[in-house]
Amino acid sequence: MSLTGQSTAQLRQAFAEGQATAAEIATAFLDQIARCDETVSALLHHDREAALARAAEVDRRREAGETLGPLAGVPVILKDNICMRGVPTTCASRMLENFVPPYDAHVVERLQAADAVVIGRANLDEFAMGSSCENSAFGPTRNPWNPECSPGGSSGGSAAAVAARMAPLAVGSDTGGSIRQPAAFCGVVGMKPTYGRVSRYGLVAFASSLDQIGPFSTDVHGSALLLEALAGHDPRDTTSVDQPVPSYTEKLDRPLEGLRVGIVKEHFGEGLDEEVNAAVHAAIDVYRSLGAEVKEVSLPHSKYSVAAYYIIAPSEASSNLARYDGVHYGHRAESFENMVDMYETSRGEAFGEEVKRRIMLGTYALSSGYYDAYYLKALKVRRLIREDFDKAFAEVDIIAGPATPTTAFRIGEMVDDPLAMYLNDIYTIGANLAGIPGLSLPCGQSSAGLPIGLQLLAAPFEEERLLRAARMYEAQTDWHGGCPDLEALAGSAGQ
Amino acid sequence: MNVTPIVGLEVHVQLLTQSKLFCGCVNRFNPDEPNTQTCPVCLGMPGSLPVMNREAFRLAVTTATALNCEIARFTKWDRKQYYYPDLPKGYQISQYDLPFSHDGWMDVKVEDEDPVRVRILRVHLEEDAGKNIHDESGRGADSQVDLNRAGTPLLEIVSQPDIRTAAQARVYLEELHLLLTYLGVSDCNMQEGSLRCDANVNLHIEQNGEKIATPIVEVKNLNSFRGVEAAIEYEIGRQQREFEKTGRKLGDPGVEKETRGWNADRGVSFAQRGKEEASDYRYFPDPDLVPIVVTEEELEEIRSAQCELPAARRDRFQKELGLSEYDASVIINQGAEFAGYFETVASTCGDAKQAANWVSQDVLRELNERKVGIDEFPLPADVLGTLLQRIVAGEITVKSGRELFAVLLEEADGGTVPAVDRIDPLIDEKGLRVVKDTGALDAAIDSALADSPKAVEDFRAGKQQAIGPVIGKVMKQLKGADAKAVRERIIERLSE
Repeated sequence: MSLTGQSTAQLRQAFAEGQATAAEIATAFLDQIARCDETVSALLHHDREAALARAAEVDRRREAGETLGPLAGVPVILKDNICMRGVPTTCASRMLENFVPPYDAHVVERLQAADAVVIGRANLDEFAMGSSCENSAFGPTRNPWNPECSPGGSSGGSAAAVAARMAPLAVGSDTGGSIRQPAAFCGVVGMKPTYGRVSRYGLVAFASSLDQIGPFSTDVHGSALLLEALAGHDPRDTTSVDQPVPSYTEKLDRPLEGLRVGIVKEHFGEGLDEEVNAAVHAAIDVYRSLGAEVKEVSLPHSKYSVAAYYIIAPSEASSNLARYDGVHYGHRAESFENMVDMYETSRGEAFGEEVKRRIMLGTYALSSGYYDAYYLKALKVRRLIREDFDKAFAEVDIIAGPATPTTAFRIGEMVDDPLAMYLNDIYTIGANLAGIPGLSLPCGQSSAGLPIGLQLLAAPFEEERLLRAARMYEAQTDWHGGCPDLEALAGSAGQ
Repeated sequence: MNVTPIVGLEVHVQLLTQSKLFCGCVNRFNPDEPNTQTCPVCLGMPGSLPVMNREAFRLAVTTATALNCEIARFTKWDRKQYYYPDLPKGYQISQYDLPFSHDGWMDVKVEDEDPVRVRILRVHLEEDAGKNIHDESGRGADSQVDLNRAGTPLLEIVSQPDIRTAAQARVYLEELHLLLTYLGVSDCNMQEGSLRCDANVNLHIEQNGEKIATPIVEVKNLNSFRGVEAAIEYEIGRQQREFEKTGRKLGDPGVEKETRGWNADRGVSFAQRGKEEASDYRYFPDPDLVPIVVTEEELEEIRSAQCELPAARRDRFQKELGLSEYDASVIINQGAEFAGYFETVASTCGDAKQAANWVSQDVLRELNERKVGIDEFPLPADVLGTLLQRIVAGEITVKSGRELFAVLLEEADGGTVPAVDRIDPLIDEKGLRVVKDTGALDAAIDSALADSPKAVEDFRAGKQQAIGPVIGKVMKQLKGADAKAVRERIIERLSE
């Protein structure tokens, strides 16, 4: 089998046993990028030479007999909102088109310590605001399963890159479903850890109280491995939690005894696609067949989650994005009348429609006279949602349900209907509001040949249980082995 | 018409920490090398995150405790949002509805008036902004931004409107300045902007049995004690004239809080277009920073580490050492080191009043002439204390003491470190020891009396002052003699 067809575990083994060098592995994936990315547009930029130099360095160190990190020689793609010293970090925005951070994000330091090889930077919705990658200032990413379709978003580039085997692993960020929804659309595994599990230092903030960095991979083991490398306390992020990181891979293959699986009745209501519904129910049956107890649980306030989210996230975003004012870095308008005009023109020129929409929403919600009715109310709802989850997890170990109401929609289908687009996150947002970990893994395919994602949720810091539950299902099914027609992707290039 | 000025002060104090409030950059006034004390955090670069400096918080709590404030057990950070080039994140991390401390007080005593208790509404901690530097040549060059100051810890101390006169406002600021320097939480350098003051001023006017409040005016950037007093004095007059002219009062439609600047050179306040007028700061809790929980142990640690505060020390100097209010204030107001110098002198010589006289007059005069602080004064406190002890013991006269004080300083300036064991040899070298040998004294008196028959006659006729020249003659002969003792002995001899 070609190197790009292998799982992370297989690549590690090949490297460890000397069957492949890091340079060969990197070359294989860089070649795959060269073949497919003209069609998929998963990456915003990548530096082939730098990646190969890094791989050669890993090889040199292996030859020198040095002990290498757990991701030695494994190629990883990073969402382009994660800062890396000396490498452009654009957030898919004109605002930061020429921004090169002078520092590494905590996760970048972790990846380097693990001896991974970063080979590219993935597309996203501008500043991670969106569910389709269509809000990228540099053009949309296409779904490898059907280039007419969206890969989801905002980490659509990361998900599409893994699906098209441009890397076995990718890093994304999830504020309302931005890892899990594209993972579902692209038929890969994607996980949002507990809020505070991974340091946000160096992640360009969208909504600080919701943002969390997480892994993408072709299988559950890959995500467990990558999360192990990324997670852990960082004193530079006061919201990062000082709690030991267990080995997520060690007991991954050991099934959970007496697993209690919760089904949320509110997740199977109006708007859920019939094929998705059927696939998710079939997945739940797999758990039953494995001896799990399946129980119905209620999240009575989940119906308010989208509303609360679209107050809290834009409020924080309106504040977090205030720093892009054209004064110190980023885009500054060429001509302006005065200081206020400089701000308005620079921001007006460099932000896209959706970013502007959210800045306006957030500015409004935080305005004096509206604060109590919107922001404060949303925070109260958020607490109720968290309490709903606390109650549910007193009764069950994990919650299973659909990751998205539908399979991947067509590019352009929803650009004029932001509300419909917002509803795409209806099942994923709750985990961000409650700060709990969630994961999406492939559980089927629609009649149109598009992947379907199963979302699993667990209580805070129960990543290990979540991954083991996911692995239990994965071990019984073949959905994660599914791969889009890569030859067709390569073949359609240049057409 | 009865007019009562109502004044509240907002004071910003820069805390004396090693590093900034939310990053590790050095906290130092350094306008000559702009943008050299910066990092991704205080530059507000994407992806950077703030981490609270615990030392800054400790200094803040120390200050609020000294201001008799309640310390909140739970406090949090809020974002105050506005656009300005010296504010790189587009918001300032500050504290809004849950400041770390509230409801304190400080007593303010203007000389010859009863003390006034000024309540403190709140004290909160926030980050300072950078500095915009505009081209003042008139050639319209670009403005520049220096972010060395951005993110440095700033304490905001807000008083209740309990101040009634400009002098009280000045003394409030002086007392606060003194307290902060005693605590060592700030260098309070007003030229460098470490202590900045805004005053909220309006008038309560009683006219024909009706009580009227005039619109509130905030006078910004009063950066000297004199400036605060002068600006408030000016505002009181201006607002009264304004009221007499327009009759505008607080709460009238269209009447808003006005922001004014202060021109110290011309001694006038002037209308300013305040950023406040149009803005809504859209405060909300900073999601990047976890709230702070303050434990009883932490508070106890701060309380027990607290030094004697200036007000308490001033009180003790009066009650225990018997100093006058004036002397106590002069000494305390010079700062903690000066007061410490005084205490050493007083305990060495055993006479606090004598020590107070010398320290507040002779020493202070020297300091002023030399333009140095007490830490650079060449005469150690124990040396001065020993010198004064000789006066107290009657071994030398006060006049001799002054002479020796000058000699010791001269020697110090010449490079000799003044030591306690230099005092007695010096007294003898100069022949200044008080003559206690009555034989020698009587001989000198007899000889002087013999030389002055007219004076003796006049004295016996009842002219007390007639013996003045006799005393002078004796003193000339006996350098170390005490004039008072000489006088008494002459009277004794003449009465025999």
